[in-house]
Amino acid sequence: MKNDTEKRVAWTKKDLLGLEYLSKEEIEIILYTAASFKEVTTRQIKKVPALRGKTVVNLFYEPSTRTRTSFELAAKRLSADVINIATEASSVTKGETLIDTGKNIEALKIDIIVVRHNCSGAPNILARAVHSSVVNAGDGWHEHPTQALLDMFTLKSRLGRIEGLNVSIIGDIAHSRVARSNIWGLTKMGAKVTVCAPPLLIPEGIEKMSVRATNDLDEALKDADAINVLRMQFERDEAMAFPSKIEYFKKYGITKERLDKARKSKEIVVMHPGPINRGIEMSSEVADGPHSVILEQVTNGIAVRMAVLYLVAQGRRA
Amino acid sequence: MKYLIKNGRVIDPANSVDDTLDILTSDGKIAKIAAKLEAKADKIIDAKDKIIAPGLVDMHVHLREPGREDKETVKTGTAAAIEGGFTTIVCMPNTEPPLDNPKIIRTLKEIIKKDALAEVLITGAITENRFGEKLTNFKAMKKEGIIAVSDDGSSVDKEKLMLEALKAAKKAHLVLIDHCEDRQISGRGVINQGFMSTKMGLRGMPRESEYERVKRDIELAAKTSSRVHIAHVSCKETVEIIRKAKKKGVSVTAETAPHYFTLTESCCVTYDTNTKMNPPLRTEEDIAAIKEGLRDGTIDVIATDHAPHTDSEKDVEFDFAPFGIIGLETALSLAIMELVDKKIISLNELIMKMSVNPSRILGIDRGTLKEGSVANVVVFDPGEKYVYKREAIESKSKNSPFIDWELKGRVQAVFVNGHEIHRH
Repeated sequence: MKNDTEKRVAWTKKDLLGLEYLSKEEIEIILYTAASFKEVTTRQIKKVPALRGKTVVNLFYEPSTRTRTSFELAAKRLSADVINIATEASSVTKGETLIDTGKNIEALKIDIIVVRHNCSGAPNILARAVHSSVVNAGDGWHEHPTQALLDMFTLKSRLGRIEGLNVSIIGDIAHSRVARSNIWGLTKMGAKVTVCAPPLLIPEGIEKMSVRATNDLDEALKDADAINVLRMQFERDEAMAFPSKIEYFKKYGITKERLDKARKSKEIVVMHPGPINRGIEMSSEVADGPHSVILEQVTNGIAVRMAVLYLVAQGRRA
Repeated sequence: MKYLIKNGRVIDPANSVDDTLDILTSDGKIAKIAAKLEAKADKIIDAKDKIIAPGLVDMHVHLREPGREDKETVKTGTAAAIEGGFTTIVCMPNTEPPLDNPKIIRTLKEIIKKDALAEVLITGAITENRFGEKLTNFKAMKKEGIIAVSDDGSSVDKEKLMLEALKAAKKAHLVLIDHCEDRQISGRGVINQGFMSTKMGLRGMPRESEYERVKRDIELAAKTSSRVHIAHVSCKETVEIIRKAKKKGVSVTAETAPHYFTLTESCCVTYDTNTKMNPPLRTEEDIAAIKEGLRDGTIDVIATDHAPHTDSEKDVEFDFAPFGIIGLETALSLAIMELVDKKIISLNELIMKMSVNPSRILGIDRGTLKEGSVANVVVFDPGEKYVYKREAIESKSKNSPFIDWELKGRVQAVFVNGHEIHRH
């Protein structure tokens, strides 16, 4: 990280809507800032006054415990006040619209809205309607920028760099916001990205996002320095593209045997955004094994989200 | 009232006229058309450096009345038409309730008689409630004056029913207009399926949903020796299918809308719901094919698919917003900018596609400046630039992706039945 200080440019963005909209330098600022907050989270007293007097609202249109908890803790460790609003998105005219909800929350004189929504682009629409900062905590199949940032942060801590790494993303690429954010982030940081899924779960034109696509898991594992294994959501109708869980595990499940065939089988890093379906996308042996950084990702999530909240609050002032 | 419109370039392709001429209207008719016309008139209009053409005809408009007067009414919709140079528009039957029986058509006719600033012709539904299950009574609706049938907004899925509809339309001398979309394929898609749907994480509508349905309709039209008009062509495959069918002699005509030759799917990138329409915006390749189709005559007509929606309906998540944009007030400018200025077609051909051809397809005596014909006339300056401002929109709804665009080509005066309606 020796050059990071020199590279620092001012953060000016009021929102974090996706990694597509960030430059490499901006991603570096977040990772750098997260590193200093990581240190805070290891202290006896895990709190700094960086956002004292600020209010963060978690506006969640989709159920989520881990992301919401992580944002809540991040805000609290920055001494911000936090309010959680859980609601349901609906296309019917009854009920408040997203924009009205946003404006009403803003009228409470808050500073940052962290939004999770089942519709892609909802944070973009919200950010245009309010003056407060908007942080995307996952929208539809579009982006989940803080997840990709914590994935990259974890990778960097483990392997010392991101540039030049071969990273494979495995699972339902078509319906994954984690995949999209990782693709944008990793390619901007100079990693080589491969996506691997059954044919119907690789979306049209994905190669234009500068990735290699394959249906062959062994091919995706072959030269990988790290893999990011996505949660298979069989409860979703779109996932019916694959016949059964057992069938999926046979073809795409990450097992020790599969990993052993990879060239870098010793040092390969295994990530998962959680929650894991053990025995579907990954065996327990791998999830709990030496390659797994899954719990480290959870811990790093707080530092990364602290960095994001801290920076967008600065951006808003600028 | 007699009007004398002087010194303009008269473009009247139906009568092979393109010259500097004067036009005299009297009692709602074109009384005389000649060079340096000396005649007494109540009002003289100087159209120097302007184009004088037959009033534009838009065969694809949603007026929303009855039922959704919050979006648009006959009054506001025809005001928008006049603003855009259209003297005759054809309204679609997806109102609430739908225009699927003689009684509701009579009701609409009353409203038109009372409120319309431009001529409004009515399209009746093909099936009851537009459910695609049972044909409406074409004959009875024709008696009330409908000019075409369509289930616009949806397509008749059942092949056998569509076959019957084509036969019935032929018998009743009605144009059958189809919104070609196979919902089995397009599903819950909200934008074109391709790179943008992938990047934005939105459900895609594969282009097959359009062109497979076009293919079917053309086969059925050929089989029944009847004719079919394909609404809002948006993709290159459709253009090619229609081109081949025309070559084979199938009686098929087609329209496209200005947004399909002006915008691509990349305009959706900000999740602006004013870029959400059905069919969806496609790609550069599709634009090229549509322009070629307009150039070589495969696509006969430019129609707007004017689809008003309120702010509250559009200011929502992309997935939840209704499809469609308004288009009456921007169509002529966009066509001039994208087609004439870029040398795809001439101004003459533009008047063909926006006035003469739709009149011929509908079988109405419009799109002509022949002496004795109804004095529906538009005077416009193809070179005048202006910024399209939200405040200036005549339509009740403001759902346009072209707001704040600098446009070129502006309507100066419009005459409907010899009455001057509009002047900038």
